[in-house]
Amino acid sequence: MAVSTPSRNVVLMSVFRGDADGGELVNYRVPIREGMVVLDAVLWVQANMAPDLAVRWNCKAAKCGSCSAEINGFPRLMCKSPVAEYGEEFTVRPMRTFPIIRDLVTDVSWNYEVNKKIPPFTPSAEDAADPEPWRMQQEDVDRITEFRKCIECFLCQDVCHVLRNHDRKDAFFGPRFMIRTASLEMHPKDALDRRPLMKGEGGVGMCNITKCCTEVCPEHIHITDNAIIPLKERVADLYFDPLRAIGRRLRGKK
Amino acid sequence: MTPENTDTDVLVIGAGGAGMRGAIAAAQAGRRVTVVCKSLLGKAHTVMAEGGAAAALANVAGLDSWEAHFADTMKGGKLINNWRMAELHAKESPERILELERWGAVFDRTEDGLIHQRPFGAHTYPRLAHIGDRTGLELIRSLQDALVHTPGVEVHMEVTVVRLLLAAGRVVGALAYARADGRQIVYSARAVLLATGGAGRIYRVTSNSWECTGDGTMLAYEAGARLRDCEMVQFHPTGMVWPPGVRGILVTEGVRGEGGVLRNKDGERFMERYDHERMELSSRDVVARAINSEVAAGRGSPHGGAFLDITHRSPDFIKRKLPSMYEQFLKLAKVDITKEPMEVAPTIHYYMGGVDVEAETGATTVPGLYAAGEVASGLHGANRLGGNSLSDLLVFGKRAGDAAAEFAGRQGKPRRIDKAQVEAATEFLMAPLTRPHGESPYKLQSELQEVCTQHAPIIRDEPSLREGLEKVLALKERAAEMGTGGATTRAFNPGWHSALDLHSMLINAEALFRSAIERKESRGAHARSDFPKLDPKWAQLNLMVQKGKNGEMTVTATENQPIPYELTEVITQSFQKYTPEEHE
Repeated sequence: MAVSTPSRNVVLMSVFRGDADGGELVNYRVPIREGMVVLDAVLWVQANMAPDLAVRWNCKAAKCGSCSAEINGFPRLMCKSPVAEYGEEFTVRPMRTFPIIRDLVTDVSWNYEVNKKIPPFTPSAEDAADPEPWRMQQEDVDRITEFRKCIECFLCQDVCHVLRNHDRKDAFFGPRFMIRTASLEMHPKDALDRRPLMKGEGGVGMCNITKCCTEVCPEHIHITDNAIIPLKERVADLYFDPLRAIGRRLRGKK
Repeated sequence: MTPENTDTDVLVIGAGGAGMRGAIAAAQAGRRVTVVCKSLLGKAHTVMAEGGAAAALANVAGLDSWEAHFADTMKGGKLINNWRMAELHAKESPERILELERWGAVFDRTEDGLIHQRPFGAHTYPRLAHIGDRTGLELIRSLQDALVHTPGVEVHMEVTVVRLLLAAGRVVGALAYARADGRQIVYSARAVLLATGGAGRIYRVTSNSWECTGDGTMLAYEAGARLRDCEMVQFHPTGMVWPPGVRGILVTEGVRGEGGVLRNKDGERFMERYDHERMELSSRDVVARAINSEVAAGRGSPHGGAFLDITHRSPDFIKRKLPSMYEQFLKLAKVDITKEPMEVAPTIHYYMGGVDVEAETGATTVPGLYAAGEVASGLHGANRLGGNSLSDLLVFGKRAGDAAAEFAGRQGKPRRIDKAQVEAATEFLMAPLTRPHGESPYKLQSELQEVCTQHAPIIRDEPSLREGLEKVLALKERAAEMGTGGATTRAFNPGWHSALDLHSMLINAEALFRSAIERKESRGAHARSDFPKLDPKWAQLNLMVQKGKNGEMTVTATENQPIPYELTEVITQSFQKYTPEEHE
């Protein structure tokens, strides 16, 4: 059971208010109650002090990945961040990697454009024609289950330095879509080869394995170790294997 | 600001499971499809479904059949279901699940490598295809990826529809606004499919996301369509209760499916006294009332619920089968469910009532308007069985999408959109912004939630229901003068959005109270202390809600379609075989 704390405590929450033209942190004093998460505090401010405070949220149960923000500079889901963890003062800002719309809401549409570039699940012609229900082994399913837990909160995209510090959205799909690609590439029934896409536009080579994405993932997906590194290895297998490289040269292919 | 105009064949409102499945069907039939959704794509309430999708695949229990699934659904719904929907659902669910797998969805497997199925409340056999405890997410993501790669589909995210537009008695479009910048959009369409989900937000303690404000029910009602079974609102027996910040968050029925037991504060496994045969896996209405009764009798847990205990299973098993429950309790309640029991209490979960539809097509009573998923009514009767919702979305999403596409294909040039209707709808849309300092929508919403929680609880009675109705009507009057809380900006202004949502919520609440007063018996989710018994007379009747000629809400009892003899036999046999005590 949770330990009871005095109910009349108040915290000082500073929230970014503004839009593309600029803005500032605004202080709100919020009464806390037991078990309150940062999203509760933001919604309390909305209902009682700043009715137009813009924020995205849906499920408040860490299942939809809508309420991403930077709490004390750290990318988090607001619904999964107990206020009690932050002491008496903390700040809430929007994700920095995406263009701001208003207050805590950012324009994440780029992610949806990237997703369209990844060819969907494609079974082999043989499997597609098989009239019987497919059979797969649990251990094969288990391998991609981790990737399919992704709730698309885009916190990994937010923290990825290729996207955040270098703004290379033109060169790298970002961790979320490395997971997505890995979940397709390792699907027991998928027959498509997405390695050329990963080497090219997907830009798996841009990642230099700092593992920041893994650190912020609320679903604890081992993004770097289990998705990005294996994808890098697969790309290396195809393009940088010396024997294959000679073969390609002999056949006159690039 | 002049509204933006856009033309499409089939307009799908809502992008949960039913909306996306419907959109894919309509696009595959060759229609241009526009999907509008209030949130970002992939965030719809469907992601919160945990336990699984019910389908008689018979992978785990070879004896399972569509007949058994049909009988369970009808029994669970206490026989006021649209029997034809229950029949189609039972027959087509397996096909839809296997189809989803062909689109890349991944389910847990049996030893033979087939889709595994878990036991669930009031399902005679293990029947729920699942992946851990996040089956809804799997369904959403699989449909989402199929949708964005289906040619002919456009998705407009974060757009809210406020009114349907009619011409010559048929739906020909909709007025909407974009949440990000508040610009108005006029959609002209040859058919409209509603897939907006339920209205759980009218209650304070709910497992529903903010989006579940009953918009589709409101849109259909305002367009003249008939609503059905609005008194039937499901309390899920197990929501989190402590700490207060998490009250209402769902605890999947999968916990009980995997062997979890319920105990009161004395350690007694009390379900023994309420449903000796099915125990914790009784239907949701029975378990929710049981917990309610234990609390009322002073045998509740410290925070007014019951204990749900799965600690007899190994930690590994729990973490593999119920990973998000483990995480949710550890993070939000500091409870390790492999070592301690969970504290749970009923939470508002699902709307069995909604828009009345034709079983085969999802057609509403207004031409050109279709509905599927939670916004539609009929399949679940007086109580929905766990797992039947996800398969409902797939089966009837597809059917309604097919039918809407077919209807759209039969229309010629788009009908002219009536300017006067657009103007009236625009006025309604902009009204809160013109009086920003009118009453706060947050305050009104909070009051409405209090009214529903207090006056339409698990056990209802006429005086309290009448008082609730009076309060809803009073709120409706105040809502006519409601503002935004202060701000006049059109750019992502949640005060304005909340004001608009509140109109939908009020119509849903009024329909709930009016219908609940009329049904003078206890059946499924609708329990009355003044009429505590099932009344066979009411088994033949469904309550229909419609907008009257003078704008007043009318409620009429309508005789339901008689069940064909061979299907009655299926139900009778099932009663004899498994749950004779229920047959009263």
